[in-house]
Amino acid sequence: MNLLAHLPALQIVVPLVAAPICAVLFNPRIAQPFAVLVSLVTFAISVGLLNEVLAEGEIVYHMGGWEPPWGIAYVIDPLNALLLCLVSGMAAIVMPAVRLGIGAETTERSRRLFLSLALLALTGMLGIVITGDAFNLYVFLEISSLSSYALIATGNDRRAAPAAFNYLIQGTVGATFILIGIGLLYMMTGTLNMADLAVRIVDLRHTAPIQAALAFILVGAAVKAALFPAHAWMPNAYTYAPSMVSAFFGATATKVGAYIMIRFIFTVFGAEWVFGDMMIGWILVPLGIAAAFAGSLVAIWQTDLKRMLAYSSVAQVGYISAAIGLGNRDGLIAAIVHVFNHGLMKGALFMVMACVILRLGRADITSFRGLGRRMPVTMGCFVVAGLSMIGVPLTVGFVSKWYLVLGAIEAGVWPVAVLVIMSSLLSVIYIGRVIEVAYFAPAPDDARIQEAPALLLVPTLLLTVLCITFGIATDTTVGVAAYAVQFLLGGLP
Amino acid sequence: MIMAPLPASWLPLVAIALPMACVPLILLARRFPDVREGITMAGASLLIVVVALLAFALSLGPVAPLAVTGPIADLPLTMRVEPLGMLFALVAGFLWLITSIYAVGYMRAHHEKNQTRFYVFFAIAIGATMGIAFAGDLLTLFIFYEILTISTFPLVTHAQNDEARRAGRLYLGILMGTSIGLFLLAIVITYAVAGTLDFRPGGILQDKVQPALAGLLLALYVFGIAKAAVMPMHRWLPAAMVAPTPVSALLHAVAVVKAGAFSVLKITTFIFGFDLLAGLTATGLLQAVAAFTVIAASLVALTKDNLKARLAYSTISQLSYIVLAALIADPAAFLGGGFHIATHAFGKITLFFCAGAILVAAHKTRISELDGMGRVMPFTFAAFLIGSFSLIGLPPMGGLWSKWLMIQGAFNTQHWILIGVFAVSTLLNIAYLLPIPFRAFFRPLPDGASSGVREAPLPCLAAMAVTIMGCLALFFLPDPVIAFLSRALSLSGAFP
Repeated sequence: MNLLAHLPALQIVVPLVAAPICAVLFNPRIAQPFAVLVSLVTFAISVGLLNEVLAEGEIVYHMGGWEPPWGIAYVIDPLNALLLCLVSGMAAIVMPAVRLGIGAETTERSRRLFLSLALLALTGMLGIVITGDAFNLYVFLEISSLSSYALIATGNDRRAAPAAFNYLIQGTVGATFILIGIGLLYMMTGTLNMADLAVRIVDLRHTAPIQAALAFILVGAAVKAALFPAHAWMPNAYTYAPSMVSAFFGATATKVGAYIMIRFIFTVFGAEWVFGDMMIGWILVPLGIAAAFAGSLVAIWQTDLKRMLAYSSVAQVGYISAAIGLGNRDGLIAAIVHVFNHGLMKGALFMVMACVILRLGRADITSFRGLGRRMPVTMGCFVVAGLSMIGVPLTVGFVSKWYLVLGAIEAGVWPVAVLVIMSSLLSVIYIGRVIEVAYFAPAPDDARIQEAPALLLVPTLLLTVLCITFGIATDTTVGVAAYAVQFLLGGLP
Repeated sequence: MIMAPLPASWLPLVAIALPMACVPLILLARRFPDVREGITMAGASLLIVVVALLAFALSLGPVAPLAVTGPIADLPLTMRVEPLGMLFALVAGFLWLITSIYAVGYMRAHHEKNQTRFYVFFAIAIGATMGIAFAGDLLTLFIFYEILTISTFPLVTHAQNDEARRAGRLYLGILMGTSIGLFLLAIVITYAVAGTLDFRPGGILQDKVQPALAGLLLALYVFGIAKAAVMPMHRWLPAAMVAPTPVSALLHAVAVVKAGAFSVLKITTFIFGFDLLAGLTATGLLQAVAAFTVIAASLVALTKDNLKARLAYSTISQLSYIVLAALIADPAAFLGGGFHIATHAFGKITLFFCAGAILVAAHKTRISELDGMGRVMPFTFAAFLIGSFSLIGLPPMGGLWSKWLMIQGAFNTQHWILIGVFAVSTLLNIAYLLPIPFRAFFRPLPDGASSGVREAPLPCLAAMAVTIMGCLALFFLPDPVIAFLSRALSLSGAFP
């Protein structure tokens, strides 16, 4: 049996099988390295898949050898190959630091379960991204959602439980909407395979059920992506979740929601119909711009910096939504690139919060006083990742913004270009005020405050360096995104 | 042509990398101040050699452009050496060494803290300045422009007190707000309509844009490049004066502000082109804004009692000369603007050196406290007088020629009002600069004030002597510089 031919299956099977094993391993000292190993292997598989896609084009893998429509097909094109790398890469970076980043009170026993849940969440997200079957996507969506509710509830703060419950309610509504949409599609077309759906939908577009399906799926995906005004679950969830959970989900969870949106619009329903007759651009772009302003404005006033980052994510999801809504080549490149880039920078920023929380026990703005001197490397990472949020050249944020603004100008919607740039200026304020406190306020006399341990610092540094690397050498990100756009847009401009 | 072990087209990259390469060395030597400053001196000396070699190569013939892949797929980052940028690089590179000598005297006499950080970010700022000078396209220019903003922020806020924090807010808020909000937007629009961002003789926008859009773009550029400090985007410059004096001297009289004026000059000449520019209504409106800035900033300078604040407003006024020259859209004005980058640099840096010397030696920052100080610090105030002459445009100082050329440009294009503006502002220059040395030399010392005050530290005086020589040299030898600059406009000369 050629193992390489089964990489698509292994991508899911490895973390899925590892999750229960992790839970029954008695000694957390074994469970931890085991989880790290699994996430590294998963990441290696993702990179292998990306290479294969870039070399040979789309991969279609039939699960268990069953051909669609009977079996489930995994379809890997450049878009989801890139996302697989982001999701599993973030897991591989974050996983080694779990021991420090989930709070001191977590018992040894619960750490095992924590790791097991994290692997399940990873499996779910990877599954959503890799599958070419609409119902299978829903199944993986529930796997990732249920495990993430539990993960968030493990936070030390008592408010973590209500935050998780809140997320549970809203997330379930979103997932149910997606399920209703998929049900309608199945009712009308008799298939769940995305490629078949795309073919059969063409003649049925005028029917109400198909149009309703589009609406249900987009709204459901918007909840998962935390697109304004369906973002209400996110700030509390990210604020009270353990630092590592915030870092991992902050970098990946909303991106997977955005992915669902892109996949259904471009692969299943067809962009020219969605943006032409259905005029979805007129919903996604205004909502995206509103999100960018609302998220950034609220972020400016937050004192808890994890919450600030969560609201900043609301704004960033807004950019992704606006970029999708432009419906042209540069806009879609911007959306895909920003999904990846924002993952990197938000991951880095949440890791900084993890470092600070480990040393100070909290991450409100006053606790950052004098940290520029006390935790120079950590704060250096914050500055670089923060500059990336602002969109300074040579960081990843600049690349995303360039394509977004260019896409807006090419789509002829000048106000969007201006508004995107104006809203991005708001990030100067919310990043700048943290830098001010860290470098201009005197440090409190507390000997405990010192640089974070290497276990946390190395992943933070790594993500920060990636923010610069992919801001200069954009072959992998923009190159892959441009290639993905060829698959998604087909003949569109 | 083999110039050096490296072909000349690589030299711009070396000029950018050299100051940056000093950074790790400076950090390594942080415990040994003498070694640390020695590294800065060595780096600055080497940089002079590199830019001089490059200038020599350019004087022999065009230097091939160099392109490297950058963050945007279709837009490689290019380095293209042309005379205007070359002159800017020469001035900035040369004055880095002089300022470093001055800084050693100043920073130690003033017992500044965190000197390692100071020298590190200073070096980065110079590297970024070189990048701006040699940028062959707008994106490259923008990238280094932003690096310059960020690297100078820790220098401006060096003191890390409340005043520095307020100044830092204004500095970063205005510079970054305009560069991202207006400048970047203008660049993306330019790329969308022209399909390229290269600096080309005659511009890239000709026949590509409607006049209304071209006017809008011009306004976005002029206001978006807040480093040129055209009103109302000027407030960051007086605020930046909280920085240690060497920063004010090199960065906020030469590198940073000239990067702004240089960018405007470069964009009007090589993105818009004179023909397009001359036909726009917006050009006239922006000329009015720049002219207003020239006069208004001079008037504000008159009211300032703080010496560095007065010099800052003087800089705002002088920068708008260059912006005005750029908007006149005439070869003579272009030459005048380019030449003014050099003459104002040498003149203004002299004045800042003096201001710093007065602060270090006599602990005085206000003009009203300077009565009779000329007797205690004769060299410093003599230098101040000579530097003032250059800024006013009096012979035998180089400032004469740049003003001459700009007025000639205004004359060629029949902008009579602008000639009036130049004339009035010259009178205002006299009014706000000359009283300072006169007061120091001719008023009596207040009783008991001179005790303990001596002449400035020797490195400071040496630096002033060199910059004064520069002012004189520019007066006696303007022709080579102007001939060199004029090749920037010829189609075949500078651009391969």
